[in-house]
Amino acid sequence: MSRFTHSHRRPSALRSLARLAVLTLLAMAALVGPAEAQPDDALRALLPALAEGSYSDKGNAVIAFAATGDPRVVPVLEAMADRRLYTLAADGSVVIADEVDGGFLVRDPLTLEEIGVVAKAELEQVKTNNGLRSTIRDALGGLTLLGPDPAQRLAAASRVFGSRDAGALPALEAAIAAEEVEAVRDAMIRARAAVLLGSGDQEQRLAATDTLSGYTDPEVRSLLAAMMRGEADPQVRAAMEDALAAIERTLALWRFAGSLFEGFSMGSVLLLAAIGLAITFGVMGVINMAHGEMMMLGAYTTFVVQELFRLHAPAWFDWSLAVAIPAAFIVAAAVGVAIERSIIRWLYGRALETLLATWGLSLILQQAVRTIFGPNNREVGNPAFMQGALDLGSGLTLTYSRMYILAFCLIVFVGLILMMKRTPFGLQMRAVTANRPMAQAMGIRTGRVDAMTFGLGSGIAGLAGVALSQIDNVSPNLGQAYIIDSFLVVVFGGVGNLWGTFAGGMTLGVANKLLEPWSGAVLGKIIILVAVILFIQKRPRGLFALKGRAVEA
Amino acid sequence: MSLSPDAARTSPLARIDRPGQTFLLLLLATAVAVPVLNLAVPPSSPFHVPSWLVPLFGKYLCYALLAVAVDLVWGFCGILSLGHGAFFALGGYAMGMYLMRQIGDRGVYGNAELPDFMVFLNWTELPWFWHGFDSFAFALVMVVLVPGLLALVFGWFAFRSRVTGVYLSIITQAMTFALMLLFYRNDTGFGGNNGLTDFKEILGFGIQADSTRAGLFVASALALGIGYVICRLVVTSRAGRVMMAIRDAESRARFLGYRVEHYKLFAFTLSAVLAGIAGALYVPQVGIINPREFSPASSIEIIIWVAVGGRGTLVGAVLGALLINYGKSYFTTVEPESWLFILGGLFIAVTLFFPRGILGSLAGWWGGWRAGRRAARAPAPAPAPSAVEEPAE
Repeated sequence: MSRFTHSHRRPSALRSLARLAVLTLLAMAALVGPAEAQPDDALRALLPALAEGSYSDKGNAVIAFAATGDPRVVPVLEAMADRRLYTLAADGSVVIADEVDGGFLVRDPLTLEEIGVVAKAELEQVKTNNGLRSTIRDALGGLTLLGPDPAQRLAAASRVFGSRDAGALPALEAAIAAEEVEAVRDAMIRARAAVLLGSGDQEQRLAATDTLSGYTDPEVRSLLAAMMRGEADPQVRAAMEDALAAIERTLALWRFAGSLFEGFSMGSVLLLAAIGLAITFGVMGVINMAHGEMMMLGAYTTFVVQELFRLHAPAWFDWSLAVAIPAAFIVAAAVGVAIERSIIRWLYGRALETLLATWGLSLILQQAVRTIFGPNNREVGNPAFMQGALDLGSGLTLTYSRMYILAFCLIVFVGLILMMKRTPFGLQMRAVTANRPMAQAMGIRTGRVDAMTFGLGSGIAGLAGVALSQIDNVSPNLGQAYIIDSFLVVVFGGVGNLWGTFAGGMTLGVANKLLEPWSGAVLGKIIILVAVILFIQKRPRGLFALKGRAVEA
Repeated sequence: MSLSPDAARTSPLARIDRPGQTFLLLLLATAVAVPVLNLAVPPSSPFHVPSWLVPLFGKYLCYALLAVAVDLVWGFCGILSLGHGAFFALGGYAMGMYLMRQIGDRGVYGNAELPDFMVFLNWTELPWFWHGFDSFAFALVMVVLVPGLLALVFGWFAFRSRVTGVYLSIITQAMTFALMLLFYRNDTGFGGNNGLTDFKEILGFGIQADSTRAGLFVASALALGIGYVICRLVVTSRAGRVMMAIRDAESRARFLGYRVEHYKLFAFTLSAVLAGIAGALYVPQVGIINPREFSPASSIEIIIWVAVGGRGTLVGAVLGALLINYGKSYFTTVEPESWLFILGGLFIAVTLFFPRGILGSLAGWWGGWRAGRRAARAPAPAPAPSAVEEPAE
């Protein structure tokens, strides 16, 4: 994680410079393209030798050919081993040919470009015998498994895993001994186990099964399942069954971890959406139905900021969020303060009326945005550093955008806690939450605290909107999609306590995602709703209720 | 709404106040006039009511009944339910299921056993909860029973544990939201996204026929009238006065020894049943019921009907429902963009400037004027204006 934060904090000028350098290199490579004909010619010059002379001559030619280390050697040698390598009767050139309807499809052995379809009579097969094929296989295995490029070695290892060719075993052993890259070595060991799974020796099969039980990829699973069906030895069969069960267990664990991550990610979004609501409800006893629309405003602010960047400073696009975050906070907070001063302050003590007035406001804001920006989804881009995903293997991928949002949410949360505990404004807010008349009597200007609180709550909703714009569609209905969930978080967690909201958001998010694979998304959500409704019966003031002495509280 | 001390003991008819009598007379006149002007007067006459207007008016009457039901719980018991659309929709679905069964083999797939959407989903047999809906009587029982039972169970849980105020509003909203999600699923068995539609006939009468529509209109007017009278009798009874006490000071009512949850549960369940009946009459007239009726937004809209007309007046709820729905029909055809601005503005304006709604404000002015006149005539101190007290929340 820290690596990424570090990299994206590099000044953007350097970034674009680096990008420029890469682009230049690519362009040069494109220009140099024709010059590459030189090694191509060298390789091509070695081709005829493969088809000439005795088997031992051909064997030497194969070794010389493979010694070039060129990746294009592989298909040629494979074709030769498979007896798909031919010479054209017309000019004696070496080609790869496959039988198709009405003749043979001929391809250039190095470029693999199709040349055309010819009759069988125009081709002459390059003859091989067992000894030669073994030479080819060794060369092939050694060539790629011992090649200079780790990606190539990895590909070779998975090729061996796929073919489970016992002939590749010696090369594989040598490669494992020499291999230094952990991931490639791992793939080779996996390949060796796959080959040994088909060996005649029971001990070896057992050992291979044992090795494979440590892998969780789907191929290993299907290979084991297939081999188990064909296995005669009961002992090995039992071992394979155990291995399969172990793999299933590991996979289930990974899936659980994946759901957990998704749950926390969803929880973080819910928390961002609900926390402003909880603050205003805690301090003022007011449910702001337009809270979702504050999120929408934040998301549209992000959109506008990004459009401005696209127009005026496309190179700095990755930094648009750095501008959008404060901008969204300010826009939403300003609208929030305006709402408080113009509508809500006239409705104090009438929570249900406030609910209706803010609902009306949310309708107006939605329609206003629809009129200005149109009813369709707006495209908000991800900065480059938020794109992509971290692949942890075994089907678990964590998207960077969600990880950033999780981090962002925690930062906002910690910031709020600090503000509540360490600043005079926070102190005043807590005082008003605990006992409004008493706070007033102590000289706190509660009206000002209310306005600031409402502004703060709305501003955080704006921040939530920035986060949402990165993972969800930005449309006038954005707020509506989250408002009910946010209410539930507040009701579940209890008001006047940020930790309650935190617990509420994370619990609902995780519970939702853990239920999802088991019950489906919609049914899971319904179950959560019903569970919260039932929970409210037990604790009508939420998980972390403020203790007071009033009858109604 | 001051009540004379012996109001509860007087005859039922005397317990309908003057606005209520006016309303019932007007309703009666409409229930007679609209079908007559539609069926008996030739289309060439300027007094003819076109056929497309009849179900539209009928729809308004159903909304009015729904508004009366909401006013009963919100205006008189202080329960701001943001989920009454759910009861309305459930009643509608019960009626819709009966109407679906009446289609028989006239559907697109011509399957006499299964409604079209089930054939489309490759279902082979009718789900258990669809059995019985071939019978109109059974459907009517379900129209009352399903919303009533849901309200009873939900209310029992909620009121028993003293979930009040905003919390109650939010969980009622969560309830209707959960139902919406449930009904949107195809697997639930209520036609999913599309809901139930393409009805052919009700009790053997073609659903598109003018006479059927006139009949449904009269039935709606009748239901509204009866619903109003029931609510009026309830709120003028002893129980009604306890309900208002709960609305104004719940804890105090509890400390006086009243079982607050029982009164609330009674009002909530009765209200849900009325809403269900309104839904059942609504469906054959508009010809469709789909999960959108469950959306939280529709439920909140009901509240604004009541608020505009005058919370706690019953007749005001009818007035508000008629006015706003007429406005909605008008503005969404003339200037669709403006409707949400108007509706949103109404929410704000009513709560800020007219918290007592049209009828409440009128009653306030009227009372003030009368009191002023009485004060001018006699030097004795005037009694307080006879309007709804501001509820203390």
